[in-house]
Amino acid sequence: MEVANETLTAPAAQEKAVELTGSEALLEALIVEGVDTIFGYPGGAIMPIYDALYDYKEKLNHILVRHEQGGIHAGQGYARTSGKVGVVFATSGPGATNLVTGLADAQIDSTPLVCITGQVFAHLLGTDAFQETDVINITTPVTKWNYQVTDATEIPEVIAKAFYIAKSGRPGPVLIDITKNAQIQKFDYKGYVQCNHIRSYRPKPIVRQQYIQEAAALINQAKKPFILWGQGVILGSAEQEFKAFVEKSGIPSAWTILGVGAIPTDHPLNVGMLGMHGNYGPNVLTNDCDVLIAIGMRFDDRVTGRLDKYAKQAKVIHLDIDPAEIDKNVKTTVPVWGDCKETLPLLTALVDKKEHTEWLKLFNEYTQKEVDAVIHDELNPTSEEMTMGEVIKQLNELTNGNAVIVSDVGQHQMVACRYAQFNKTRSNVTSGGLGTMGFALPAAIGAKFGAKDRDVIAVIGDGGFQMTLQELGTVMQTGINVKIIILNNRFLGMVRQWQELFNERRYSFVDIQSPDFVMVAKGYGIEGQCINERGQLVDALKTMMNHNGSYLLEVMVTKENNVFPMVPQGCSVSEIRLK
Amino acid sequence: MSNETTDKQEFNITVYTENQIGLLNRIAIIFTRRKINIDSLNTSPSEIDSIHRFNIVITESEEVVRKVCRQIEKQVEVLKVYYHTNADVIWQEMALYKVSTDVIAEQVSVERLLRENGARVVVLRKDYTVFETTGHREETDALINILQPYGLIEFVRSARVAIIKDSDGFNSKLREFERLEPGEDVIENEYLNQGQKVFTM
Repeated sequence: MEVANETLTAPAAQEKAVELTGSEALLEALIVEGVDTIFGYPGGAIMPIYDALYDYKEKLNHILVRHEQGGIHAGQGYARTSGKVGVVFATSGPGATNLVTGLADAQIDSTPLVCITGQVFAHLLGTDAFQETDVINITTPVTKWNYQVTDATEIPEVIAKAFYIAKSGRPGPVLIDITKNAQIQKFDYKGYVQCNHIRSYRPKPIVRQQYIQEAAALINQAKKPFILWGQGVILGSAEQEFKAFVEKSGIPSAWTILGVGAIPTDHPLNVGMLGMHGNYGPNVLTNDCDVLIAIGMRFDDRVTGRLDKYAKQAKVIHLDIDPAEIDKNVKTTVPVWGDCKETLPLLTALVDKKEHTEWLKLFNEYTQKEVDAVIHDELNPTSEEMTMGEVIKQLNELTNGNAVIVSDVGQHQMVACRYAQFNKTRSNVTSGGLGTMGFALPAAIGAKFGAKDRDVIAVIGDGGFQMTLQELGTVMQTGINVKIIILNNRFLGMVRQWQELFNERRYSFVDIQSPDFVMVAKGYGIEGQCINERGQLVDALKTMMNHNGSYLLEVMVTKENNVFPMVPQGCSVSEIRLK
Repeated sequence: MSNETTDKQEFNITVYTENQIGLLNRIAIIFTRRKINIDSLNTSPSEIDSIHRFNIVITESEEVVRKVCRQIEKQVEVLKVYYHTNADVIWQEMALYKVSTDVIAEQVSVERLLRENGARVVVLRKDYTVFETTGHREETDALINILQPYGLIEFVRSARVAIIKDSDGFNSKLREFERLEPGEDVIENEYLNQGQKVFTM
């Protein structure tokens, strides 16, 4: 078939119609949308699309994963490092339901995805056909938009809408379910036109100058202003605008775990991490600041702690692209609706150039207290066993903060986010809102495809690794170069920590056994080693980083170490505990 | 954000949408996810071709209603959402009552019944009669109580429909939506930001 040899579409619709199948029209659409990588897994109801893909192998790099959940997490990792829309294929029924966790994760973390699922023939819908499941209704709560295609002629327009919706405004996952008959059906394909307008959809609120002025006035009067930033800065590609705002206003700034990296970790005005396991100063001083400036973040409960004791003394300025976020959790004094790439420069122009020396000093004093009570011992332990923190510290030495760190969920995630050095944006890939264990390995694969020239290091716990370790097969088959560090404390550590602190050490089902991970990796042809002595650490990390190809390093760490500081659930951020 | 009360009361939510399969579910789950009961829901084509109008009634505080409305308006196929208290709308529910013609003809002064309840006869057959009345809940309830002793066979009440007292109609707004050239999102929003009545943004 000659179709694969040239793209049939120009950006503008063609004059002359060509007869294509629905499947071919889909793949043509992906090419125009600039898709280069697809993560997927074939099956009965998506076979016509895979058959068409056979002729598009040169243009569309399809990565065969080992499980659809792995596929969608890889799509997320790809989207997070590349800034592009992640594309995922899955078949009907179980293939589609296996996407649900990833969709929920992408929805809550605003990750742009287009997922294509096969569906049974349209005439079989509702008959409990083989591998039929009501994918549209199952995925409605966890998608920004979804749509079922039953006629091939709809495909170009629907795919165009899917990409536009996924990436515009506050990004999110879109799922398109295509019945098998529509995949096979031939129709007069008139070309593919990208979508840039939907009558009922307003991705960007208008920027209102009045609120910019009110916000600037508040900031200029403030004695103790404090910036909280989140992933919105990264999603809006507004890192430069953000940096300019921070540096001109001289305001101490703290990050959510999805926002980290928008300005470097060691920037003098970067005062650290917010939230339950965030830094001491940013949490305590939230309840001391007079103006709180939240930028592209959504006041998650893990950030705010107890809401009725959260920043009650402060005037709140909230910059967000999603109007539904304003006043959702924290009452706003001045709402600055809009894309922060547009609003930040307007605000920067109106704020006075200042240095809040005394106020910043206070943050540094808290940092020192935290170093004395927690950080010094975590990074320079005197115990015989290694800590998670010292592994991350040594890793920083080798990466100089330039690597992409993909973390899973749990204690190691908090340690990685707290201690890893990030010099660049789009460097921290982690499951923030949903807390999906098993995210890291497949996400790291996708992250590498999204940023091939960067080092990608997955930091995973022994529990989470066992949730999706089948994706080592994807690593093997693609020959992709990802480094995997398993921080093994032989426990489901975060749950154990809570059981220790709040359930009188009743360690209920957190004692998890693991296989020999190095042997498992070897089975997949992936080199690796396991270390349990501090003396081996630096060399082992160097060996891993210098290895040509993927590598698995298992580090045995202290069994019962706790992540501190900690804001216990139900407590105010100012009640953060250092031990 | 004005001095709103945290007391629960009935709110009428009016939603203008595209006509799309699955949208009802997308809107309904915004309520169910928050464990909010939908007291009444009516959806039907609006006066404008291809645009549907939902009337949804819930009993909640204004703060909750406002948040829910923002979530609804966020849906891709939703054009506009408004919410109003009962005082801000004119609303009606319609009810149908089926009774045995024999019983009702023998035992009730039908004329008086119709006059006093603002009801009318929709169907009159030898075996049964169907009455209809339109009004607020108390009014349709009242006729149930009257007919119950005479063997009310079947009763059905419609969802609430409500007209917003202080509205200029959606027609002109929709034309604004449509007039805009593709991609001019900003101008579109500028329009939406005009006027106090538009609650968005």
